[in-house]
Amino acid sequence: MPKANKKKFSMKSVPIYAVLILASLLSLFPFYWMFVMATRPSEAYNSIPPAMIPGTKLVENFQNVLDQIPFFQAMWNTFLLCTITTLLVLLISTLAGFAFAKFHFPGKNVLFVSILLTMVIPPQLGLIPQYYLVSELGWLDTLFGAGIVYLLNPLGIFLMRQYVSQSVPDELIEAAKLDGCSNFRIYRSIVLPIIKPAFATLGIIVFTLVWGEFLWQFTVLRSPESYTLQVALASLNESYNMDFGMVLSGVFWATVPLIIIFLMFNKLFISSITEGSVK
Amino acid sequence: MELTRARAKDKAEPKKRKLSESKKDMLSGYLYVAPFFIIFGIIGLYPAIFSIYLAFQKWSGFGEMEYVGMQNFTLVLQDPLFWKSLYNTLIIGVMGTAPQLLVGIILAYFLNLAVIKFTNFFRVTIFMPYITSMVAVALVFGVFFSNNESALANYVIGWFGVDPINWKTSEWGAKIAISLMVFWRWVGYNTIIYLAGLQSIPKDLYEAAKIDGANGVQQFFHITIPLLKPFIVLTVFMSTVGALQLFAEPTVFLGGSAFNRDEAMTVVMYLYRDAFNLNSFGTASATAVLLLIIIVIIASINTWLTSGSKRRKKVRAKHAKG
Repeated sequence: MPKANKKKFSMKSVPIYAVLILASLLSLFPFYWMFVMATRPSEAYNSIPPAMIPGTKLVENFQNVLDQIPFFQAMWNTFLLCTITTLLVLLISTLAGFAFAKFHFPGKNVLFVSILLTMVIPPQLGLIPQYYLVSELGWLDTLFGAGIVYLLNPLGIFLMRQYVSQSVPDELIEAAKLDGCSNFRIYRSIVLPIIKPAFATLGIIVFTLVWGEFLWQFTVLRSPESYTLQVALASLNESYNMDFGMVLSGVFWATVPLIIIFLMFNKLFISSITEGSVK
Repeated sequence: MELTRARAKDKAEPKKRKLSESKKDMLSGYLYVAPFFIIFGIIGLYPAIFSIYLAFQKWSGFGEMEYVGMQNFTLVLQDPLFWKSLYNTLIIGVMGTAPQLLVGIILAYFLNLAVIKFTNFFRVTIFMPYITSMVAVALVFGVFFSNNESALANYVIGWFGVDPINWKTSEWGAKIAISLMVFWRWVGYNTIIYLAGLQSIPKDLYEAAKIDGANGVQQFFHITIPLLKPFIVLTVFMSTVGALQLFAEPTVFLGGSAFNRDEAMTVVMYLYRDAFNLNSFGTASATAVLLLIIIVIIASINTWLTSGSKRRKKVRAKHAKG
């Protein structure tokens, strides 16, 4: 059967391959072109036909980026922001997910439904009061101020509740209780090890979200020392005399780490999307 | 030692122990969900309520607030720029998301065909745009679609005999460029979701349809699409909400002139400009409330439309099967 299928479809599937290859090329082209531009002098941009082959200005263009923005500082700020908020969201979500999955307490269902409602509130509704709050706390222009809003992640609780109730058997918890385990001990020594795979899913979701979010970081971070990558990159575009080679060099070097991480863990990335949204 | 004692106690007073156990669980339950709800209160609920309150005040961010009733709303609703930004948001939203969902379904359908090889390679490359940040996409597309005559986009449309366009400063140029970057970044994401949906459809349904003599196209419209509907509803909902909140792409694409031009100003940009460029927090909050209402209305209409046709299709599928 399968052999017959293969033969039968070899001609028919040509147009399908053509579509898929075209889609792949269009998906990859901006990445390639970003690299080409990052290696070319800005004047190359005015050449017709446009340059399609890498040039020799890779280092110079990046040097120009470093003259404009504190690139490595911004990279470090982004890394700190992403890592700390991701860890905190994991902690908050696993605790609450565990409680919602395994404990009975009055008002549990009401509380859980209210989490659903929090997902509907668009982040822009709270933008101004959040800004005011952060400025009252003296956290404007700091990573604390930038990070605090990402701690609110209802999706994380959904995922973790789901995962705990599916993969942690009630009997195991009962047995641990009979052995005199405290609830926190059960959380730490039984629940957390079992739900480790879910960390990757939620971790990737939160990390990429914080990495790429712009509106809030742009609102709160005002001075170059506290810039994250996104804000720093956006500021490259505001100068009057745009040096395209420089701008795309910045974009390229800011994207490379993410591409490497993605290619290493692409299965996890892709499954995090389906698990995060299709539940 | 402790173990045996606990067990002995358990035997001696089973009821009492149960009670204290469930009380302990109750306490732990509240304790463990508390961090989330404290955070929710501080950065979710309080700002949302404060925003609604602010919508009725006149406030520059400093000093006293002044109650002004509905004045902020009338100011916003009488401002042509608000309507322009709403128009822009809707146009870019439709142009950026509708084709994306359509192409996403087609790509997912192809990737799910048993005869296609290298599906993992295609999946990874088609998904890759999603991992770039919105800012990065906007900057790269900003160079594609610059106002220069030699911009790549102008070079490409030149093949078709179209004159160069000032992408960043023309009414449709800016909208098309922004829609394209939204399309490029999200099409793979939706493909992945649709692919998960397709993979959840049992294969024997297709087998049964084949036996009944249904061809590929009939199978697609009577099995694939109806069973994919929950995923379509989900992506339509997410795309709608996302499109109405568009901010990063136009702001970064237009750079320094983003808030001085109106070709691509979105509602969130209008809100941002009111608050942080003009220090008018009252009208900005009124805009935020209006945006919430618009999102709720449009998202419900879209969800109703897509899930409504699901019911009709399901009935039709049942008839077809029967």
